[in-house]
Amino acid sequence: MRRRRSRLSFGALPVLAAFAIVVAGPVRAEVIHVTMEQIAYMPAQISASVGDTVEWDNKDIVAHSATARDKSWDVVIAPNGKNSIVLKSAGTVEYYCRFHPNMVGQITVKARE
Amino acid sequence: MRMSATHLMHTHLMHSGEPNSPRYRETPMSIRIFTRTGAAIAAICLFAGSGFAQTAAKPTDPQIAHIAYTADQIDMQAGQLALKKSKNKDVRAFASDMVRDHTAVNQKALALVKKLKVKPEDNPTSQQLSKQASDKRAELSKLNGAAFDKAYIDNEVAYHKTVNDALQNTLIPSASNQELKDLLTTGLKIFQGHQQHAEQVAAGIK
Repeated sequence: MRRRRSRLSFGALPVLAAFAIVVAGPVRAEVIHVTMEQIAYMPAQISASVGDTVEWDNKDIVAHSATARDKSWDVVIAPNGKNSIVLKSAGTVEYYCRFHPNMVGQITVKARE
Repeated sequence: MRMSATHLMHTHLMHSGEPNSPRYRETPMSIRIFTRTGAAIAAICLFAGSGFAQTAAKPTDPQIAHIAYTADQIDMQAGQLALKKSKNKDVRAFASDMVRDHTAVNQKALALVKKLKVKPEDNPTSQQLSKQASDKRAELSKLNGAAFDKAYIDNEVAYHKTVNDALQNTLIPSASNQELKDLLTTGLKIFQGHQQHAEQVAAGIK
């Protein structure tokens, strides 16, 4: 991928410039880790920015889901498994486990500056 | 179902294997009084009563393991019946969750009793649970369509409530092995989730 881009850059300077901004820009997307343990999300509340990834790591003996109440996303995480989403829009999202609705979490998503 | 099973757990477990002497029945009360008064009095009562409490009021770990396994097995079978009979999407999703989760918990329980070298011991509470479950299964088997869905999900709400009450009030406090206690505690949280899920499904199919 990178090799391909650098070859292109010889003939396409604007592409190289855009690539440089993405790589060296002031903010980089982060991966925020949430553990599922003892039928709870830990931490239950997180803050993130648009473009960040939230990754759930299920340490319980049963499968869980992370399901947005506004239905914008829904992922299932097997026991000892991981799964993730990329946050696409700003706002506060409440989420829960479809299988165990006593598990609840919240993500506050800020717009990227 | 709910009342009778809860009542059953308490009565059988409180008096199993012990004579009906008033002295035995006094023990839980002395502990209760103790918690309301000072720590010193409590400690004395606790020491004085601990022998009775253990023999008269507590199921043993092998009995607890058997009760927990039986209770799990019952709900798994109810889920399998629902998957055979129901066409309702939410009921079927719930039933398959029950089969999957209770299978996972039971596998964990079996691995633990093997590790601890505990041999699950049949007891009146397990027997009564099995008897009630087979009666309920016979009742549900005769129903179809929406009538089945409602009866199944209402029973799931009641059953999880009964089991959760028993776990919280009898089985977890009585378990002496810490790993068994931990597994029961995790089980309680899972089943509290099932109870809420069942309540949601029940509200949706009315």
